[in-house]
Amino acid sequence: MAPQGSNPAPLPLRKAVVVGGNRIPFARAGGPYTRSSNQDMLTAALDGLVARFGLQDERIGEVAAGAVLKHSRDFNLTREAVLGSALAHETPAYDLQQACATGLETVVGLANKIKLGQIDSAIAGGVDSASDAPIAVSEGLREVLLDLSRARTAKQKLAALSRLRPKDLAPNAPSTGEPRTGLSMGEHQALTTAQWKITREAQDELALASHRNLAAAYDRGFFDDLLTPYRGLTRDSNLRADTSAEKLAKLQPVFGRSLGAEATMTAGNSTPLTDGASTVLLASEDWAAAHDLPVLADVVDAEAAAVDFVHGKDGLLMAPVFAVPRLLERNGLTLADFDFFEIHEAFAGTVLSTLAAWEDEEFCRTRLGLGGPLGSIDRAKLNVNGSSLAAGHPFAATGGRIVATLAKMLHEKGSGRGLISVCAAGGQGVVAILEAR
Amino acid sequence: MTDTYTQLVNSGPGRTIARRLGLPQPAVLRRYRPGEKLASAPVLVLGGGSGADSVAGALLDWDLDVRRHAAPKEKLAAIILVLDGLTRPEDLSAPLLAAGAALRGLVPGGRVVTISRPAAASDAPELAAARQGVDGILRSLAKELRAGATANGILLGDGVGAVSPSALGTLRFFLSGRSAFVDGQFLAVSSDAGPAPQHWDAPLAGKVAVVTGAARGIGAAIARTLHRDGATVIAVDVPAAGDALAAVANEVRGTALQLDITREDAGERIIEHAVQRHGRLDIVVHNAGITRDKLLANMDAARWDSVIAVNIAAQLRINDALLAADSFRESPRIISVASTSGIAGNRGQTNYAASKAAVVGMVRSTAPLLAAHGGTVNAVAPGFIETEMTAKIPFATREVARRLNSLQQGGRPSDVAEAIAFFASGPAAGVTGQVLRVCGQNLVGA
Repeated sequence: MAPQGSNPAPLPLRKAVVVGGNRIPFARAGGPYTRSSNQDMLTAALDGLVARFGLQDERIGEVAAGAVLKHSRDFNLTREAVLGSALAHETPAYDLQQACATGLETVVGLANKIKLGQIDSAIAGGVDSASDAPIAVSEGLREVLLDLSRARTAKQKLAALSRLRPKDLAPNAPSTGEPRTGLSMGEHQALTTAQWKITREAQDELALASHRNLAAAYDRGFFDDLLTPYRGLTRDSNLRADTSAEKLAKLQPVFGRSLGAEATMTAGNSTPLTDGASTVLLASEDWAAAHDLPVLADVVDAEAAAVDFVHGKDGLLMAPVFAVPRLLERNGLTLADFDFFEIHEAFAGTVLSTLAAWEDEEFCRTRLGLGGPLGSIDRAKLNVNGSSLAAGHPFAATGGRIVATLAKMLHEKGSGRGLISVCAAGGQGVVAILEAR
Repeated sequence: MTDTYTQLVNSGPGRTIARRLGLPQPAVLRRYRPGEKLASAPVLVLGGGSGADSVAGALLDWDLDVRRHAAPKEKLAAIILVLDGLTRPEDLSAPLLAAGAALRGLVPGGRVVTISRPAAASDAPELAAARQGVDGILRSLAKELRAGATANGILLGDGVGAVSPSALGTLRFFLSGRSAFVDGQFLAVSSDAGPAPQHWDAPLAGKVAVVTGAARGIGAAIARTLHRDGATVIAVDVPAAGDALAAVANEVRGTALQLDITREDAGERIIEHAVQRHGRLDIVVHNAGITRDKLLANMDAARWDSVIAVNIAAQLRINDALLAADSFRESPRIISVASTSGIAGNRGQTNYAASKAAVVGMVRSTAPLLAAHGGTVNAVAPGFIETEMTAKIPFATREVARRLNSLQQGGRPSDVAEAIAFFASGPAAGVTGQVLRVCGQNLVGA
């Protein structure tokens, strides 16, 4: 065998474990959290985690979180939230931003630091407020204001101001449109949904299951140690425990209107704009033991992928379809080796398109480079305690919700693995494997 | 929650007006602060027997300035009547007249404590008469005292000496600001058990305590007080109160456990949390309670059953789990919050009074079960306490309710918490099966 180069053998990695999590109930935008900032909500989620695990004045190795809709003043959002929390002020923190994958990516990055021995404990998280979203001034006004601040003479100031036009005074509200296509995420998904011939009924069925599963989980107290109420809300405000196939079938399509009668995506099978925050406590095994804390699951491995949606080669939210086979191969696993699948329900169509792609022999051979279909997923193992269609989707907070939920499910079962898949704007996706403890 | 009237009559002009008009003059009570001096003036110990001498000796060990005879016009922080050697009613005369002569010297917030033995049916009639006489003395004297002074009594059980650890622990509780809103009450010391604590200011150091209903009000005050006294606190409340609970847990550097105590497995969950996260469980405070007031004539099953489920059935089930647990074996303590409604009754509260009287019954019969492990179980019965709940009572009703006791004011949540912290402490090891009213000697009821 040829020498492998001069690099020494890598040190054996430690395990990174999930101790637990805490989130605030997710609220539909314009609801009870309308006046709450990202910093308010992230601080509340952190303080609930601190209270649950007795971490007051504890110096955590590192805290990472982020927000997708972020004010420029929040340049140090996570560090500010830490300073406002009951954690030791000596706890370092950084912000991370990867669209809807932000929350999961904070888990992955921090777990890797723990595995490397750089830190012993970490809190991963995310927050988003669609209600308290930043509004920017127009490009025209911004340029004038900046030139004005640089102007020295009255003449220069006047020249700068004279370029101002009435239209420059209109503010720019944030949009979920893709900068390179101008299409909203829903319009992108509508194309993918149609491409994979996902029916309206199948989407509504998935949405209904999400609501029923989430409601049942609340009713049996599953979230008692995963959630702390906030501003009078004790459950996710988007949850409709009493919804039905009939009610969902009555809703008019809101995306893919260019498809005419073929349009299938409604407000019922798409996630609403949502406010909320989530956190996950990660640790090395030694740190968890030294602090008498439980261990729910191992963070095994993760993979990111991206697709070329700009030229229409793949759907905007289809990157996880590519990430999962790579992750499975690296870990010597197949879909049959998992007990739970947590596929983020950005839209019911996203989940169903993903499943359809993995079951499609042609696609798996030509695009994923596999010998045949990746396989099917037993629906009884999919999003068994509900997902984003019912809970809502505060973009950066979804990853933390899923990781803590799955870790608890695995721990309750006592064995097995779970697969997490989160799609994100920009044609990206992050997927990860947890294993029960 | 502010008692504006009490503030008013303790200001210069307000004091004069209230006195001229003969209005109630509630005092600002002397409440405990860590490091407080037990007595700001000499303490007078009255009584003829050897008990009085040994009590005087114990007080000297606490560095108090002790008198056996009152000096004319001398200020006194406390008068302790050691009456454990009474044999006939005539024996009461000398110590009581001496106490009466010294009473005007009692400082504001002063204390009178009697130490005697309870009358029993097996006593000779003359002996029983003398002993029972103390009961009437104490209750009347408590009503006579003014300026935030209180009178309370210690009843020594068979074979329990006046300076046994728990008798001294109880005496210290009554002398200190910890008992500010306890007035006209007796506590029975039934055994010589219990070591004196290493530090009177941190009597719960190293202990792990569970407090149910800890998110707000009296429960939050209990969590704070137990933490102040050195305990690690597990704050328990229903998941819906989780945000307030988290704030309390973070304030007291404890852990929050969101748990509905009416769940079948609530006891096991509490024990599991305590053992896994804190390695032990020493103290359980059953504080969680609800009211669903309605006249019995208008009562429905939902109101009745929910009050019974939360206020007593849950406590019974959790206690069963505690009694069966190997981890609740080292001098364990259970303290329940009862209510004066359960003792005196309250119109519109048949369900609540049933549950709170039931707590008293439970405490008495659980005491022997826990005694096998050197444990105690006691109850505290709050009277009118200034909380968010009582702040919702209409103004006039509230104003009357808070004046109807010897201290002419409502108590604070911390007053209830202090009594609970005392029952949880080492020196209370010989006090069990008791119900202590924290009511400022409410004029209604027992």
